[in-house]
Amino acid sequence: MNKSEAINVFFCGTGGQGVLTAAEILGQAALLEGFHVKKSEVHGMAQRGGSVESHLRFGKKVFSPLIPKGKADYLVSFYKEEALRLKDYLGPQGVDLTDHLEKAGHLEEGQKYLNTYLLGVLSTYLPIKESNWLKALEAAFFNKNFKENFAVFQKARKEVRR
Amino acid sequence: MNNKAQRTVFLSGDEALAQGAFEAGLGFAASYPGTPATEILEYLSKFPEVNAQWSVNEKVAYEVALGASIAGARSLYASKHVGLNVAMDPLMTSAYVGVGGGFVVVCADDPGIHSSQNEQDNRLFARIAKIPLLEPSSPREAYQFVKHAFAISEKFDTPVMIRLTTRIAHTKENVLTGLRKEFPRKEFKINIPKYVMVPKNAFQKHIELENKILKLKVYSEKSPFNKIEINDQKTGFITSGVTYLYTREMYPNASFLKLGMTFPFPTALAREFAKKVKNIFVIEELEPYMEEQLLMAGIKAKAKDPSFRVGELRPEDIPKIVKGKLRKHLPSTSRKPVMCPGCPHRSVFSVLKKLRLTVTGDIGCYTLGALPPMGALHTCLCMGGGITLFEGFKKVLGQNVVGVIGDSTFVHSGVTGLINLAYNQTKGLVIILDNSTTAMTGNQPHPGVGITIKGEPTKKLILEDLCRSCGADNVDVVSAYKINELEELVKSRVNADALSVVIVRTPCKLIERTRAQAPALDQTICKKCYLCLGLACPALSKNEAGLIKINGKFCVGCNLCASVCPAKALKKNE
Repeated sequence: MNKSEAINVFFCGTGGQGVLTAAEILGQAALLEGFHVKKSEVHGMAQRGGSVESHLRFGKKVFSPLIPKGKADYLVSFYKEEALRLKDYLGPQGVDLTDHLEKAGHLEEGQKYLNTYLLGVLSTYLPIKESNWLKALEAAFFNKNFKENFAVFQKARKEVRR
Repeated sequence: MNNKAQRTVFLSGDEALAQGAFEAGLGFAASYPGTPATEILEYLSKFPEVNAQWSVNEKVAYEVALGASIAGARSLYASKHVGLNVAMDPLMTSAYVGVGGGFVVVCADDPGIHSSQNEQDNRLFARIAKIPLLEPSSPREAYQFVKHAFAISEKFDTPVMIRLTTRIAHTKENVLTGLRKEFPRKEFKINIPKYVMVPKNAFQKHIELENKILKLKVYSEKSPFNKIEINDQKTGFITSGVTYLYTREMYPNASFLKLGMTFPFPTALAREFAKKVKNIFVIEELEPYMEEQLLMAGIKAKAKDPSFRVGELRPEDIPKIVKGKLRKHLPSTSRKPVMCPGCPHRSVFSVLKKLRLTVTGDIGCYTLGALPPMGALHTCLCMGGGITLFEGFKKVLGQNVVGVIGDSTFVHSGVTGLINLAYNQTKGLVIILDNSTTAMTGNQPHPGVGITIKGEPTKKLILEDLCRSCGADNVDVVSAYKINELEELVKSRVNADALSVVIVRTPCKLIERTRAQAPALDQTICKKCYLCLGLACPALSKNEAGLIKINGKFCVGCNLCASVCPAKALKKNE
């Protein structure tokens, strides 16, 4: 990836699915990689089943914390209907990862650790070293099934490696 | 990382501001939880050097924090925008009184009403109260600005307001943090003309305040927070807060007057900018505050159509404003939040709905009781309004009205309403929805929980004793899950000739994450009345064939649906 502008990842889903955790892990990983990172989301209703969006941007320098409509490089949806609703955030060259939801659904661990699975898929597109992903995952799942999460992350990476 | 003391951390605007305040030697901080400001105090509570507290409400928080400042410590108050309304009384006079150690007033506005009851623009409060206003654009700026804010506060002997918005408070960014520098406590000296606001002293203080504002205006003109960035001289923007970043994103080649201190407004600087740039636009969320300042100074700047005063701005809105377009407010398509599976509020509202009562409500998770298909909460105005609006309703309607309020909200500002009911001989029923936490903002403790912000046990407020002392004739405590008992109690109390309080005490499901087996469903006897669906439980749905389905992943086994099923097709799994 060679891009002077920020890389924009749009996460969406519903409360309680792990959307915010996934965005946080990417944020930490991008920070470790040395990027300027901005992550914007709205709290307060997240655990009550409402729509959840997180805008994650990283690059040399990031201005707006929100991704302008039509500028997202990646759409990572945890819930198919939300992806349909928010599709106009994706740019013309943007990559929609919604198809991977179904693949995750076929795996028992993919259902259980959906956010880690989708991050594994996303990681294959981004200029972030595996060691930094590992550190970010470790920080997020410290004492919370880190091994299982990391295995799912690796599995997703292998499945999509092109 | 330059040296050991500096560390790059991924911080939200709330956290960065708190970190900056901590490093500035903050000694005291007080707040009441409110989205999007809650995390400021939560972050500060981790430091043993900072005496941090959840106060009973924002007025109390403001006064305690100001007291700590006058006594000599650097002190901070934080709340959401509407929280500052509650603290308006001390805020207004604190500008007269001034400070001891630096005093910073943080308010987090909520443009777009993500989690509030209105979208008021608190920049106007700074002008009304006559205190300087800083507007950071990002977590990094929040971290830097708060340090300067303490210095400004001490230099000019005034509270300093920092205004965040949701998109700053809840944006995370890498912030380079440093070490704490202790602030040597200022000595408190008795000074009656300064601290006792009787008419004679207050009049003198008002004269001084007007002079102070003039000096602060001079400071604002030269402030490092206000800067001109000249690029393309055909197009320029005057902007502040997060909208600076949106505009910078969309117009990278334009010139900017980037304002970080907006009251007193740097008029001369704006005039200088206007001389250098041909077409000027003023970009701001909500109220036309800067627009009016420019208008008063006779500086020509194009502003947004009034339709853009409603709602938060997003980057893609900036070109629309520049083109002079009107804002089209489309209905939101996002999924709305619902009460969690097993939420104790659900059973209360199912009873109130069944009894067809008019319900005056309040602010908390239970406000979700107003949403369809429940529709069983009929007013929500402000903190405490569940009880006081009830009194007004009761005096006019006489019957079949009930007031509901949460436990944290009751302690915040329901108590005075209950005393008023008793004093003014009002009869009827108030229900306290006691889930033993401040749930909607993320489960903060309050006096009724008996735990401090630092997690230490403290004196516990006994709500039933308090209600009796306020003048309630009957005080009953019931479990939300004993729905029949609850229904009988409500029926017997609602129109009785006595003032009654029913405390429905069942902890929030997000604290006690207990689960039981889902009810058994016998499709053969289900009459498809769909009364269970009226409960708006995320675990219940009907499929294409009209059959009820229980989602075992969501269901926590509260058995409420089994309680309301008339055909007994849903059976409790004991």
